[in-house]
Parts: sequence; C-alpha cells; structure tokens
Amino acid sequence: MKTKPVLAAIMTLAVAGALAACTAGGDGGDNGGGGDASNCSNEIKNPDAPVVTLWAWYPNSEAVVDNFNEENDDVQVCWTNAGAGGDAYDKFQTAISGGSGAPDVMMVEADRIAVFQAQDALVDLSDLGYEDVKDNFSEGAWKDVSVGGGVYGAPIDGGPMGMIYRTDIFEQYGITPPTTWEEFEATAQQVKDAGGPVFASFAANQPAAVTAYMYQTGAEPFEYDPANEGEIGINLNSDEIKRVLDYWAGLVEKGLVGTEDQFTPEYIAGVIGGDYATYLSAAWAPGYLQGAGVGEGADEGVWATAPLPQWDPASPVAINWGGSAFSVSSQADDPELAAKVAFGVYADQASLDQGWQEQIIFPLNVDVLEDPAFQDYEVPFFSGQQANKEVYVPAANAYKGMVYTPLQQFYYSTLTEQIQNINDGSATGSEAADALQEAVVAYAEEQGFTVK
Amino acid sequence: MTTSTASPPTKKGSSLFTKKGGRRSTAARQNLFGWLFVGPFGIVFLALLVLPIGYALYLSLFQKSLIGGTRFVLFGNYAKAFTDPNFLDGVWFVIRFSLVLIPLQMAISLAIALMLDIIVTRFARFSRLMIFMPYAIPTVIGALMWGFLYSENFGPLANIFGIFGAEAPDFLSKSLIFYGLLNIVTWQWAGYYMIILYAALQGIDPTLYEAARIDGASQWQIILRIKIPLLSPALLLILVFALIGTLQFFNEPKILQDLAAGSIPNDFTPNIYAFYQAFSLANYNYGATISFALGAVVFVCVYIFLFATRKRGSFFE
Repeated sequence: MKTKPVLAAIMTLAVAGALAACTAGGDGGDNGGGGDASNCSNEIKNPDAPVVTLWAWYPNSEAVVDNFNEENDDVQVCWTNAGAGGDAYDKFQTAISGGSGAPDVMMVEADRIAVFQAQDALVDLSDLGYEDVKDNFSEGAWKDVSVGGGVYGAPIDGGPMGMIYRTDIFEQYGITPPTTWEEFEATAQQVKDAGGPVFASFAANQPAAVTAYMYQTGAEPFEYDPANEGEIGINLNSDEIKRVLDYWAGLVEKGLVGTEDQFTPEYIAGVIGGDYATYLSAAWAPGYLQGAGVGEGADEGVWATAPLPQWDPASPVAINWGGSAFSVSSQADDPELAAKVAFGVYADQASLDQGWQEQIIFPLNVDVLEDPAFQDYEVPFFSGQQANKEVYVPAANAYKGMVYTPLQQFYYSTLTEQIQNINDGSATGSEAADALQEAVVAYAEEQGFTVK
Repeated sequence: MTTSTASPPTKKGSSLFTKKGGRRSTAARQNLFGWLFVGPFGIVFLALLVLPIGYALYLSLFQKSLIGGTRFVLFGNYAKAFTDPNFLDGVWFVIRFSLVLIPLQMAISLAIALMLDIIVTRFARFSRLMIFMPYAIPTVIGALMWGFLYSENFGPLANIFGIFGAEAPDFLSKSLIFYGLLNIVTWQWAGYYMIILYAALQGIDPTLYEAARIDGASQWQIILRIKIPLLSPALLLILVFALIGTLQFFNEPKILQDLAAGSIPNDFTPNIYAFYQAFSLANYNYGATISFALGAVVFVCVYIFLFATRKRGSFFE
C-alpha cells in the first residue's frame, strides 16, 4: 500500500513532464516562426519601443534593419532569415494554416502575393500609408503587388529583363547583340554552324521567366479580381502563348539553346566555362552571378548587357522576372505599425544605395531610378558599362505589370512539367500550351473557381 | 491524451487491491509496475504516433478549396486519389522501381556477404567497413554527392567516357533518372543489407561446413545447399524492409529535384506528391489522403508478399 502514493507521485511527474515537453515544443515553434521578439538575428537599438518581426532574405538584410532601427525610436524591427524563396513560403504557409507563428512583416515575391491573399494571410495596405508613398513607384510596380483593388505589399525591387552576353564569344564569331527574336534565332544558328556554343538555356525550372516571355508577346494568361470572388479567366493556350512556346520549342529542337536547369552548380559552371553565349535574365542577375563566382578569373571582363530581343521592334514590350515586396501578415499584432515597417525598411537612402551598388537589388523607387548617380553608374560586372541607363531603367519604366492569381503555385508546377515535355521532344509548344490550359482549368474548377 | 494513459493502470490496480488481498495484490503490484515501465513509451507513442495519425485521418475526410472553404466529404478524397493519374503514376513508378531495385540490391549484398564470409584476411574487415560506409552517410548527403558525380561539368563520368570519345549518359535526364536513382539507392543500402546477411552467416554452425566437406561438397555446393537456405529468413527480412522503404521513396528524388527539376516532377513518387499537396498547395487534406492511400498500397503489397512466401518463412514464427 505504501507504494501507491510514490507511484502516484511518479505518474504525476511523468505526466507533468510530458505536458511540459508539449508546451516547450509549442514555444519553440513560436520562436522559430518569428512570432516572438526574443529571438532576433539583429540587435534591438531601443529596447523600450514596440517590436515588429520581419522575415527577409536579402543578402544585406542585417544592414538594412540596422539602418531602420537607428532611425526609428518608436518602433524596432526584429529580423529573421527564414530561408530564401520557397523555404520561407513553406514556413509562412504552415504558420498561416496553423493560425500562429507568422512574422508581422514578410518578404514576398510579387508572384506569391495573390496566393497568400486568397487565404486572407495578408493585410490590405491601401489605408495604412499607401497614399504617402504612392508616387514613389511606377504603375507597373504597384500592379505587381496588388490583387484586384487591394495593395498587399510595399514594392522594393524588381527584375527588368535584359540580355546578358559574353563579349568574347560575340567577338569570336563576329556577331552583334540581336534586337529581335528572329535575329536571335538567326544569330544562334550562325554561331552553331561555326561550331560555337548554344545561345541560351530554356530551363524547365524557371517557369517565372517563361511566363515573362509570354507577356512579351502580349499574352494575358490570367484575369483575376478577388472582388468577383470565384471568377477567373485562364487563357494559357492563346495564340500568343502558343507562339512563344513554339518559338522556344523550335530553338530546342534545332539545338540552338540548352535545356539545363538554371541556378544549379552545373549551370553556373557552364556559364563560367562559356557554354552559353547569352543569359536572358533580370537586373538582379549580375549580383547573383557574382555571388556564384561568375566574372572572376578566366571569365572576368567578358560580360556585357543589351536590351532583351523584341517580337516587334516598332512596339517594344518590357518584361520583368522576379522582384519582391514587404507584406504585412494578417497575424500581425499591430497592422499599422507593421505597415510602417513594411513601407519604411529598405526605403532610406543608405540602404537603397548599398542595395544597388552591390547589385543585390534593382530598386523600384522612382527617386533612385531617376537619380543620375544610379543611371550613370558604371557596373563593374559589365566592365564599366552603364547598364542601368542603357538597359534596365528603360525596361523598368516601360514595364506594365502582370496579373497573378492564387493558382500560381500549381500553374508554375504544371508549366515546369510542360517545359520538360518540350525539352525532351514529347510535346510541341502548342501541345504544351493546350495541356497547360487543361490542367490549370481543371485545378481552378476543383478549387471552387468559375472559369470564365 | 496523457491522462488517459495514466489513469487505466491506477484504476485497475486499486480495484484489484481492494477486492482481493494476499497473493493477488502482488500480481496487481507487478501489473502496476509493468504499466509504469511501459508508461513513458506509451505516452510518447500516443503523442507522437497515434495522435498525429488520427489527426491525419481526420484531415483526410475533409476537402478544402481556395473558394468555398472546407467541406466534409467522407471518403471523397480517397475516391479522388485512386482515380488521380498523378498519384497512380507515382505508385506505378515506385512499384516498377521496387521490382528492379530489390532483386538487384539483394543479389549484390548476398554476393558480397558470401565473399566476405569466405575471405578471412585483414582485407576482408577493411572491405566490410568500406562497403558499409555509404549507409553511414546521411541519405541527403549521399544524394547530393551523386548529383555532383553525375554532373557533366564536375563529374568523373564525363572524363571516363571522354577517354573513349563517347558522351557520358546524363543520369539526371528524364529518360535515365530511373537508373540514376537505382544506382544511388543500391549504393546506399547494399552495405547495410550485406551486414545483416553477414551477421546471419556468422550464426551458422561451422560444423555443418565440416560435415559437408567430409561428404565431398565443393565450396559452391556449400553456398548453394547450406548457406543460402539457412540465410532465407534474413533474406526475407531485408526484402520486407526494402519493399516498405522503396514504396515510400522520398529523400533521394526530393534532393535531386533541385538539380533536375524537369526530370523529377512534383508527383514523381506518392510521398513527394503528398508533400507537394500539403506544403506547396496548402492542401493538407489531400496530402493526408495521399499518405493514407500510400499506406494502404504498402500494406497490400507487403501482405501479398508475406502471403506468397508464408510457407518458407521461419521469419514469421
């Protein structure tokens, strides 16, 4: 009988221990999720001020956050790097589905905003300071962070596209940068016939870039306004899209472009080794390439950039790949304060300057775009070429914006599959477009949308 | 959940205490101690295994869509999964993969184990360690490493084929990814299975060999007539391990996806498809359904297999 109280005590301890483990786990999750201010990667300058948590993965995030904290006494930012792109979105998605653990402010790329907006995960910033900064950004920049009539992000940087190319290869084969896609194909053929490398890469893992190409032909893949909830327009097999996919399918078939995935070590090694005559990419690409070791040693001083080839040089279309914004999460304790951070962080001169000088970002702030120091900047990666003035600023100014939808994730995944089908020759561009349309429409209907 | 595990033993214990005395109370006390020892495991088991599975089952009965919210659909998701070509293709892939992988893996590990059993030099010990080593390397790192080895720019394959003036096969391409993965998994697991078989070989009574030799049996005859038959329980064991593991194929393709997105789509294997549904499309309900559907497929496959081999099996006693 004596054992009983002892046993009871042990049992209680065991139960208490298990419960404690549960709660401890919960707390740990919160910290990891960034919902708690006690776990910042940066130093809080003014510990008395309210704290706003922020997830961001810009390489210079720490400096940017420090700049902000020093200039603002009434609010402090607690920054966490939750991983780049997909990693951060997966965590954010889990926090949204779980109902807690999301940061107050989150770095989001334009193409993901509609996905989170549809789940009520983001706060509309229209009344939270948007009017004050409205004139700082172009219409296209605002369109990318808007869903219907709401504004769901403070634009930071964009990715106006150009054609980065290797001057050594161009000299060797006596060619000049093509200005139209027709010329692009002809030049690629010329180089190939002379035994040269392929001209670019049509990568299955870059659906966002391929979507940008679609916009260049005047396609409107999606129509979406959450005000008419449940209605969506999907035109993925339009003539324009078939045209662009058939064009690339042709290049692949003729062996004029490679089909390797981009952003892999394999691809970068190829870029350094001169396997590609051009790299069709955005204004942030030099920073990315440099970070990966391109432009040092053997391939130093061989890079230059030119405007992206056009379908119709008489009416050029500028397109954009990538770029990001700061959005306020619906789990923010104080959305007004969070909005202040979203609009304020990465908006001061010091941060912006550092951002573009080190080619971490291509700023969308009009003041910077018009600044002669920015325009005339001689980009070291391009051997002193004034790339901003010549290529990227005009492209950014002419950019009209895209329409993103909550179907983006599924659309990208399906597009990746279809590009692969084009690349291994199992589908023509038109067939791929038809398959894409069919799959995305089916998914949209299954998700409760009415397809127009 | 914790109270439910804690209370039954106390209740049972106390009722026995009051009703009967003497001898019974000793048994009851032993009973109580039994529960106490099982308790910590039971709590963890319930909290980390039974509850999440129950919750996943619950989730799988609902359907969430972007418009219109969540609805109760009972087995609707399962009906969808078993007619979903993406899921079925993934299942068909892992079944095909198992059919090639498992015999290959077993043949290799058996051959090595038999060889190492015969050679008794220091070299054998060293080889055993080396062959086992891939298993000690985390799957993720193994997959990454092979991703680089297959690479046309970094990998040795290009050089080796270059000597003969041929072009190296691209094991990350859509047409060869099957063999690329086959090689990685075999490399990773053959050493582990070899150790199991080798240990089983060590357990065979050496007098059997002696007797066989006296009867004039050759080395081959000893292998075929004595060693392999006596190894059959161990072989069956690794077969079941391999079957379950392969049907749940996830790590290697998921890692290689970053290097070869086009060759490994998001519905490559059922597990990858479940992951994609849950974490990319935020469709936790369908993700849970696919996991359960995969569980059902694994169960059926393993059951068929065990049923087919039941007469052999000292393994099942």
